[in-house]
Amino acid sequence: MNLTNNLKATPLYDRHLALGAKMVPFAGWLMPVQYAEGIIAEHKHTRTLASIFDIFHMGEFRVKGEGSAIALDKILARAVADQKSGTCRYNFLLNDKGTVIDDLIVYRIAENEFFIVVNAGTRDTDAARFRELLPKGISFTDESDSTAKIDLQGPESADVLVALGLKKESLPLYYRWMNTAISGIPCLLSRTGYTGELGFEIYFPADKSEFMWNLLLAQKNVKPAGLGARDTLRLEMGYPLYGHELNLNTTPVEAGFSEIIRLGDNRDFIGSDVLRNSQLKKRLVGIELDGRRAAREGTNVLIDGNPVGTVSSGAFSPSLEKSVAMAFISEEFKISDGMGLELATEKFKVSGKIASLPFYKSGTARINIIQDKL
Amino acid sequence: MKRYTKEHEWVEIIGSEAVIGITAHAAKELGDITFVEIRPEGTAVISGDAIGTVESVKAASDVYSPISGTILAANSELEEEPGIINNSPEENGWICRLKNIDIEGFQKLMNRDEYNNYIKEPLK
Repeated sequence: MNLTNNLKATPLYDRHLALGAKMVPFAGWLMPVQYAEGIIAEHKHTRTLASIFDIFHMGEFRVKGEGSAIALDKILARAVADQKSGTCRYNFLLNDKGTVIDDLIVYRIAENEFFIVVNAGTRDTDAARFRELLPKGISFTDESDSTAKIDLQGPESADVLVALGLKKESLPLYYRWMNTAISGIPCLLSRTGYTGELGFEIYFPADKSEFMWNLLLAQKNVKPAGLGARDTLRLEMGYPLYGHELNLNTTPVEAGFSEIIRLGDNRDFIGSDVLRNSQLKKRLVGIELDGRRAAREGTNVLIDGNPVGTVSSGAFSPSLEKSVAMAFISEEFKISDGMGLELATEKFKVSGKIASLPFYKSGTARINIIQDKL
Repeated sequence: MKRYTKEHEWVEIIGSEAVIGITAHAAKELGDITFVEIRPEGTAVISGDAIGTVESVKAASDVYSPISGTILAANSELEEEPGIINNSPEENGWICRLKNIDIEGFQKLMNRDEYNNYIKEPLK
């Protein structure tokens, strides 16, 4: 559906309105930022029970053909060639300056087939980049329009799937995926998410959107959650959001991902030379504020009165009941956990301290759901 | 009796004081309120001056004084529980009290019916 001012609506647009959603523009889409109960209630529900999120706007690509793994290994910052079928791997699309065009998740479907999930706002740029860089003979398809995505997130989410007929012991482990069916609808189900809680991302045919949404919503303990809660949940986990912690002025090393990129492995990929040879300019840190007032993106960070960096994301944390932020600090300033600082805008100044990530340390994302097998 | 502003504040005169808050409509539009700050006691304000800030999860908004006066007190309950504004925007969620108030300014504001009609108008 196309609305005025060129915003796209997901197949669930009418369902969101019926649930009292407030709709806002996001990355070219009209998306639910919250439902009737509000962001804090949705956030807490996700941390304690289970929520569903309409994530139709994100992009899904398929790369297929002999040599796909080797080709993607050159294009993406983390290794692809050694990724096993059945696994998901968080990865980065870089330009030749080593900065981030997008962060994405690569699913290895088979020896010569990959499913790649990208951000909504970067979908077209990403697709153009893959088409340009993948060798002839490897097929690339953008399946975003025909693929629906609903995220089921929260400690009860495995039980929700069990209630829908899936076997608990068959559910994928953390960062693994499986092909399955929910009420007869074929799905790709991965144990991934953006909340820090036990959860799943469900990919299925777009024309089944309403059926799947209603089915999930009818389950015990399940409520809808919007992009507002999705943002506070990811912020409490210290997860980056493209356009904030990751962008064309930031390398994944600066954003804190040097360990997983393993530059020491001498694997060559686009941007690898720059990442190996350039000096770090800034470093992403977590900040806990003294109080509830939020320091939003762009707020200056001061240490001993000197400007040392800028906030990339900041909001009130419903779990911690105080505000938190992520910020880039210039590398010349040596910082350590617990160090005091100030956050200043033209209007106010608040104090805080450097804090380790995640801010919220009780997330259930990695728990073992099959207690008997412990 | 309460009067209302186009910026979605309400004001009620009680004796020689005025009580100020944001309307139920404003509270619903802002969503969960997470922080409230009011300018210090004793600050003289004229109508239309910012008297403080209300933050929701997504944004910060200024609150403007509906009438002229001097800030007498802020609602201290809101320091720890700003969500009271969402639950009871026009009663327990009052934001601050003014003294030395300008009664004439009060009379110029919208009454309940006028405000209800005002918020029904489509945005221009």
